[in-house]
Order: sequence, then structure tokens, then C-alpha cells
Amino acid sequence: MLRTTLMSAATAALVAGTANAQTEIVLWHAMGGQLGETVNALATQFNEAQSDFAITPVYKGGYEDTLTATIAAFRAGEQPNVVQVFDAGAATIIGAEGAVIPAEDLITGAGLAFNADDYIPGVRYFYADSSDKMVGMPFNSSTPILYYNVEALNEAGVEPPVTWEQFEEIAPALVEAGYVPLAQSHSPWIMTENFHSRHNLQFATNNNGFDGADGTEILVNNDAIKTHFTKLKEWLDAGWYGYYGAGWGDNQTPFENGDVAMWLGSSASFGGLRNSTDFEFSATFLPYWESITPEPVSTFIGGAALFAMSGHDDTENAGVAAFFDFLASAETQKFWHMETGYVPITQAAYDLTKESGYYEETPQAEVGTLQLTQAAADWNKGYRMGFYVQIRDVMNREYGRIFAGETDVESAFAVIEEEGNRLLERFAQTTN
Amino acid sequence: MEKAQFTSPWLPYLLLAPQMIIIAIFFLWPAAEAIRASFFLEDPFFGTATFVGLQNYSDAFAASDYQRTAWFTFVFVVLVSLISLGIGMMLAVSADRVLRGKGSYKTLLMWVYAIAPPVAGLIGVMLFDQHIGPLVEFVAYFGWDLQVGVDYWDTGFAMIVVATWKQVPYCFIFFLSGLQSIPTSVKEASAIDCRSETRRFWTITFPLLAPTTFFLLILNITYAMFETFGMIDQIVKDQPGNSPVTLVYKVFRDGFRGNDIGGSSAQSVILMILVLALTVAQFRLIERRIHYT
Repeated sequence: MLRTTLMSAATAALVAGTANAQTEIVLWHAMGGQLGETVNALATQFNEAQSDFAITPVYKGGYEDTLTATIAAFRAGEQPNVVQVFDAGAATIIGAEGAVIPAEDLITGAGLAFNADDYIPGVRYFYADSSDKMVGMPFNSSTPILYYNVEALNEAGVEPPVTWEQFEEIAPALVEAGYVPLAQSHSPWIMTENFHSRHNLQFATNNNGFDGADGTEILVNNDAIKTHFTKLKEWLDAGWYGYYGAGWGDNQTPFENGDVAMWLGSSASFGGLRNSTDFEFSATFLPYWESITPEPVSTFIGGAALFAMSGHDDTENAGVAAFFDFLASAETQKFWHMETGYVPITQAAYDLTKESGYYEETPQAEVGTLQLTQAAADWNKGYRMGFYVQIRDVMNREYGRIFAGETDVESAFAVIEEEGNRLLERFAQTTN
Repeated sequence: MEKAQFTSPWLPYLLLAPQMIIIAIFFLWPAAEAIRASFFLEDPFFGTATFVGLQNYSDAFAASDYQRTAWFTFVFVVLVSLISLGIGMMLAVSADRVLRGKGSYKTLLMWVYAIAPPVAGLIGVMLFDQHIGPLVEFVAYFGWDLQVGVDYWDTGFAMIVVATWKQVPYCFIFFLSGLQSIPTSVKEASAIDCRSETRRFWTITFPLLAPTTFFLLILNITYAMFETFGMIDQIVKDQPGNSPVTLVYKVFRDGFRGNDIGGSSAQSVILMILVLALTVAQFRLIERRIHYT
């Protein structure tokens, strides 16, 4: 009896000993399915590469679910070390001052090197604060690009469009060949936010919202985008544009089925398309209106970033810093980029992937990164607006109404502006 | 009848306590918290709140789609409640008449009820899918270009069908047991007096089923209003866009998707008042006409 007790005590001590040696870090993420497997693979690589820290990834559902779970956990004092927050939720978590430790502070605080210039231009500032300090660690970043069915374009005898003016020229030939020329999967992201970045148009006051929530107003009610949506509606009526609702998949499916010739989606859609299509497809940059700007600039990223939550001890924070450092390394980024289709976030990772000859086999995989390395300008660093999930809901609703003929472009954008500003004002009141 | 008396005046309260505690923890406390939160705008992370008076309420009503959402909710609740009552009753009366294989009919009709709401939503999504839905292909033969997620009322139609389909078996079970509790002597007596089966149904069976119908009506309304948001989320694929949604779905969307705690609380308080008024009205107006046996 005594012996068993001693034995178990010894075992317990031994277990405790090993546990003490390694610091546990918890990561909450929103990557389901195949992407989740890749996150697990990254965690395993990190855990095997060093022995001080052990990271455990936990899948918490969709982006919104993950953010809501994090908020609940934070209020109960049970927050994870790292959490993945998506673009539309960035204002909420960055706005809650003190809830997160800026990634840049965390990395330099742990004595590791950090240089913002290592990151590719389109990624660098999206999750930064007004002084350009990186708060969120860019993780899965993508950008909207144009995919096209090579056979369809050949049949119609046309080239993929660089500008929307060119699209108008080639659309009739595609209709003639029996295709719906165009569809897209995310009107707020592709046709609104990135419409502004691509044409270098200001999207919100207060430096696109980066300077603080107080008094930030959305500048969506402008002539450029109203012209664009007037055109979209005309195209829809002429059979040049297919609108299949606000859901992502509903708009992607007709392209995969070969009904739609060109589809605007995410640069990260590449891997999925490769599996789901049986025709040759390629990709090119997001078209722009030459009448608005002859010199288009790089687009915003979409996707999500990793945020280090406050309220943990220095050892755990050091572990998070080490993990961020590991994530930003060229090798890791190359692996992540090639597995998932998300863009590599650093120049070094991009160069490494390029050297490997990956883009010669699959030039489509390079389009997103090339678009993000185009000219940086005043209004394409990013935007920061609170209650942005609801603002996107308002956009989606009004766009749906435009396309259904229930409202006109002029009143729809007036509604988006008015309700968007009311939401922004409400959000500013929460941060006081 | 013999009257039982508790020996101690505290005993009844003690016996009631578990139920009361459950009500307090799971209903009264959250409700009070919702009412409190509806007067504040708070930072979700720290809970630091700014008192804003009735602003959350005025903002909720000022949203350009509030009226449309309320109207759809009304149509949705009325149609789902009444159609599932009607079909449930019809099936129960028919199943009650069947002599052979009664058991298997009943089991088959009740099956659907065993399906979890998200699964029902998912099956609905598949049936009504724009690109692969068999129902969409079927109605296309009649020239109906059914587009769930694009057309407002097409999407509403799909929601009403899926919500009703899920509730019919529930009504069926209760109506069937209601029918079986009607004494055989009453049925036989009416059969001698009247040959018309339809007339017998409306004059004898239907009034005798009234307590069950009333009970189901209240349950159906609660179901249609509060328990369908998961199914709605499935049908709109997490992107409501221009699709019809119910008031509760908006509460869920703003609170749990958008982290607007104050705004979502105000909307749920409005619903709470609405349901309270509805319940009082139901009991006042309808229940008086019902005779319990």
C-alpha cells in the first residue's frame, strides 16, 4: 500500500516536472476542415522545432464565433494566449485597448528581431495602429483577384480584361459563346472595400478610421462607386453579370460548373478551385476603371490575423513571441502559402517560393501576391471601422435590393451611408 | 374531496424552491440583465458601459429594415403556426381512421420530429439550393425560377416550408393523443345522429380538440418566433443579405455576430414585451371559449 502511494507520488512528480519544463500556449482559431489540418501541422512543426513551448490549436468555429468566444473568455479571465480575428472584427479587438499586446511590442520585447519592411506592402499596415505599429500578426491573408475559364475565353476569342472598360468590350462575345461573363462572391469585400483601395479612394474619415473610432464616418456614398454599381445593375439586366445572392459558395458554384466565364474570388480560393474544376482556369488582377484612375494600386488584404491576448505571464508571452517569429519565417510562410493558397506575408517567403519554381507550374498562385506588391498609396493600407460586421450586412442587403430592382443605386448608397454612420457612432460610444 | 394540509407553513415553499430557483437563474436573471444592458452601450471586452438611455431602442426602430423584418416575422409566425396546425390535425385525423398498420404510419409521421433543427435547416438548404436543389428543378417545370438567397419571397417561402415541415410531426403527436382521448361512446353516439363525416368532425371532434389546439397554437407561435433562427441562419448561409429574417435572427446576428450587446438587448426586450402582450391576449381572448373536460 505504502509502496503504491510512493510510486504514484513519484510518478506525479515526474509528470509535473516535464509539464513545468514546457510552457503551454493555447491558440484559438477559425480554420475548419483542410485549413484546420494545416494549422495543426504548423503547431506540430513549431512544437518539434523547440522544446520550451508547446502550442495547442483549438478550433472555435467560424470567425464570428471565435471572436464571441474570445470576448466571453476574456471577461471571465480565461482568455487563450493567441486568438485569430478576422478583418471585419479587427476594430473591435484593437479598439478594446489593453485586451491585446501589439505583436510588434511582443516580439521586440522578447528580444527577437522585427522589421516592418520585411512584410509585403499590402499586408504591412492592415492590422497596425495609427502610428503604423503592427498590432495583429497577419496570418491568413488573401486578396480579391479575377479567375477566368481559359476555354470560355478562347471560345469567345477574347483576352481577360485588365480594366472594366475592357470587360464591357468582351462581355457580348462571352454571352454569344453561351456564358454568363461575370460573377463575384463578396460584394462588400471585393466590390466595395477593394473598389476603394484599387482606385486609391478614401474609404472613411479619420485616416480610413485608423486614427480612432471617435467621429469616424464611412465615405461610401461617392460618385465612383455609385457609377460602378449602376454599371453592375446594367450588366445584370443585360445578362453580363450573374448575381446569386450574398453567399460565397452560391456565386462560386456557377463558375465551377462552367456556366460563368469569369469569377472574382479570393486569391486563397485557388486550392479549392483546382480540386473542383475540370477545365483549365487562370487568374489575373482585380480589374479597375480607367476612367477613375489610370494608375491602379495594390488592394487590401482580407482574411485574419493572430492577436496576443493580455493577462498572461511573461514566460507564456515569450512563447507567443517565439511562435509569431516562427510563423513569419520564410520557410513556414512558404509551407502555409503552398498548402492553403493564402499569400506569403513576407518578401523573403515570396522570394523563397519563387526560387522553388512553384509559380512556373502554377502561375495563378502568384497573382494575389503580385497584386499586393503593387504601388502603395494613401488609401490602400487598410481601414478600421467598428461594428463592421453589421455594416457589411447593410451593404449586402442594399446591394441585393439594387439587383432585385427594389431600390435604386442613389438611395441604396444613401442608406448604407446613413446606417453605416449610425453604427460607427454607436461603436465610438462603446470605446469611450 | 379530501383536503390535504401541510403541517409546516414553510414546506410548500421548500418544495417549490427547486423550480423557482431554476426560473430565477435561467429566466429572471438573464431577462433582468438584458433590460439593464439595453440602456447601455458597452465595450464587449471590458464591459465598460456608457449609459445611453433609450438610444438603443430608438436606433433599433430607426433601422430602415426594422419594419420589413417585423412584417416578415408576423407573416412567418402566422403561416408556420397555422399551416403546421392544419396539416398536423389532418394527418392525425387520417391516421386515427386507419385500421391496419396504424403503428407504422404513426412512427413514420413522427420521424421528422427526431431531426435536430440544424440538420432540418441543412436538408432544407439542400432541397432549395439554387444550383442542385431538387425542389428548385421541380418548380422550374412550372416556370417558377425559384432563387433562394436572391429573391426575397422565394427565400421566405423556403423558410416557411422548412419551419412548417419540422413542426408538423409535433402537432401530429399531440392531436393524435387528443383524438384518442375522445370517448368512444361520444363518437358512436354522433355516428348514429349524423351521417356526414365532415359535419361530425366540425361539430364534435374539433371542439373536443380545442384545448389541444390552443396549447399547440401557443407552442407553435413560440417555436416560429424563437426556435427557428438556427434554421434561418442555415438557409441564408450566414449572409442574410437581402433575404427575409425574423426579429430573433436579428437579435442573434447583432449580438452574437456583431458584438453589439446593447442594441441586441434592446431588441430582445422589445420582443419580450411583444410576447408578453401576445400571451395575455391569447389567454384573454381564446382561452375563455375553450372547455376543458
